Amino acid sequence: MKKLLLSLALGLGLLSAGTFALAEAEAPVAAATEASASAAAPATTEAAPAAEAAAPAAVPNKGDTAWMMVSTLLVILMTVPGLALFYGGLVRSKNMLSVLMQVMVTFSMVVVLWFIYGYSLTFTEGGAFFGGWDRLFMKGIWDNAAGTFANAATFSKGVVLPEIVFAAFQATFAGITCALIVGSFAERMKFSAVLAFMVLWFTFSYAPIAHMVWFWMGPDAYTGKEVVDAMNAKAGYLWQSGALDFAGGTVVHINAAVAGLVGAYMVGKRIGYGKESMAPHSLTLTMVGASLLWVGWFGFNAGSALEANGFAALAFINTFGATAAAVLAWCVGETLMRGKASMLGAASGAVAGLVAITPACGNVGIGGALVIGFLSGFAGLWGVNGLKKLLGADDTLDVFGVHGVCGILGAILTGVFNSPALGGPGYVADWVTATMVTSADYSIAAQVWIQTKAVLTTVVWSGVVSIVAFKLVDMVIGLRVSEEDEREGLDISSHGETAYNR
Amino acid sequence: MKLVTAIIKPFKLDEVREALSGIGVQGITVTEVKGFGRQKGHTELYRGAEYVVDFLPKVKIEAAIDSALLDSVIEAIEGAARTGKIGDGKIFVYDLEQVVRIRTGETGKEAL
Repeated sequence: MKKLLLSLALGLGLLSAGTFALAEAEAPVAAATEASASAAAPATTEAAPAAEAAAPAAVPNKGDTAWMMVSTLLVILMTVPGLALFYGGLVRSKNMLSVLMQVMVTFSMVVVLWFIYGYSLTFTEGGAFFGGWDRLFMKGIWDNAAGTFANAATFSKGVVLPEIVFAAFQATFAGITCALIVGSFAERMKFSAVLAFMVLWFTFSYAPIAHMVWFWMGPDAYTGKEVVDAMNAKAGYLWQSGALDFAGGTVVHINAAVAGLVGAYMVGKRIGYGKESMAPHSLTLTMVGASLLWVGWFGFNAGSALEANGFAALAFINTFGATAAAVLAWCVGETLMRGKASMLGAASGAVAGLVAITPACGNVGIGGALVIGFLSGFAGLWGVNGLKKLLGADDTLDVFGVHGVCGILGAILTGVFNSPALGGPGYVADWVTATMVTSADYSIAAQVWIQTKAVLTTVVWSGVVSIVAFKLVDMVIGLRVSEEDEREGLDISSHGETAYNR
Repeated sequence: MKLVTAIIKPFKLDEVREALSGIGVQGITVTEVKGFGRQKGHTELYRGAEYVVDFLPKVKIEAAIDSALLDSVIEAIEGAARTGKIGDGKIFVYDLEQVVRIRTGETGKEAL
């Protein structure tokens, strides 16, 4: 069996390497088209999310490119070791390594799948729900023969980014979203089942929702009034609805949280839940993880501006303020609730604020961000206490309580504080002229309704896909480890290691 | 020969050690333990999960001594470890049947 797996892995590896090489070599046409001035040439591989350069061809700005590479690094840091330690410290020491493994290997696997087909499925032209195969194996993203690199659109006309950088940045989002889910079923799920589930969920929930919310033809495609309807129709379903999600409140947090909750229900409660002590084994590491998350999140949020510009700065400062406000709110809430503010509370508050500001960061003013952060601290506190009891699931690390609740709150409040009347920038009403909606024309009620619909769509889509995916994996592999393995600890039973030698 | 075991509050360890050295006890073994008697534990809260922790950290000292020293050892430990508050600990005295010094092979009182 082992030899079979080894040969399979080797074979797949060689095949992928060969295919990548072929893909790059066979798309000189596409690359040339991207780099040259002929924007309308309908080459088969031309349909990148946006690269139609108007004449003269736009060249990436070195500042933007450098910033986006740094942002990508920051998000990688958020996952390894940020999220890994945040989660790891919260479980019992006998399961520490299993959490670190599930996060790191899920992340790695999803990144590889992203490069193979995920990026294409998400960020190329296809339908309203899924992209296409134009960038399968990243073909056409650069031309190794000519030494040229395709460009991706930003949110400014005439401003482009090397598409490789955009793809790499987005890879980290796909990876961390999947890694988030791990927290819900920690301490009892089979390692193989985790990975199998992630393949399915990444393909059928992450990719389509990211496509629905974020895929569009780019500002340079809106050359005149006559093309607006046609360009809009090529965008993702939720983008077309006008939903605002700067860095992924729906795509990342609500999406993952629902999957986590479903997983927690379906895999069942941990043995001894409610009776035995399952206290965190290292809140010190949890705090280290939370701090890395906070720092890295500046790349996650401000990087989502795709340029080193004013909106990136806005997202940056909002990520700062909202998080700080949320830390305070959670501490205040805890003190009122039970007399003491805890370290776990402060760390959780930070994450709550970060989650809530994610969809809002480039879409609201600084005051709005502080309010969103402050409210999310209390919302998260309720999510891990009151709501958790109501839901009755053993969501080990409160993925739904924090990411779900605060993600939903942030997504909806984005519709409120985006309003110019409340200090927000509003949204682009006309991509031909790149003019923002006026305060007079802005309807908070209408935008909140659009946001709500996006939230509901995400919840339902992720929920259904998760139920099916978990069920399938359960039938083929089985979700849960045996009782003895769970008692012994997943570190030894699943990975043959101990985290802390005695 | 006697084996004196004392459970004391952890911060009292240095005082007790000095007191024992002062009356001629040459060696002791110290273990970190946890336990409870009449001293109340505490509650820990992790998000929504509340844990009542009955066990408190204590230190166990074991000293093998000559029976003649017993009364002064008990007095020394009591005096050094007492704070007057609940949780000060207890002293247990066992009869010690045999003692061997591993390096030299000495037995009995010479090995103490």
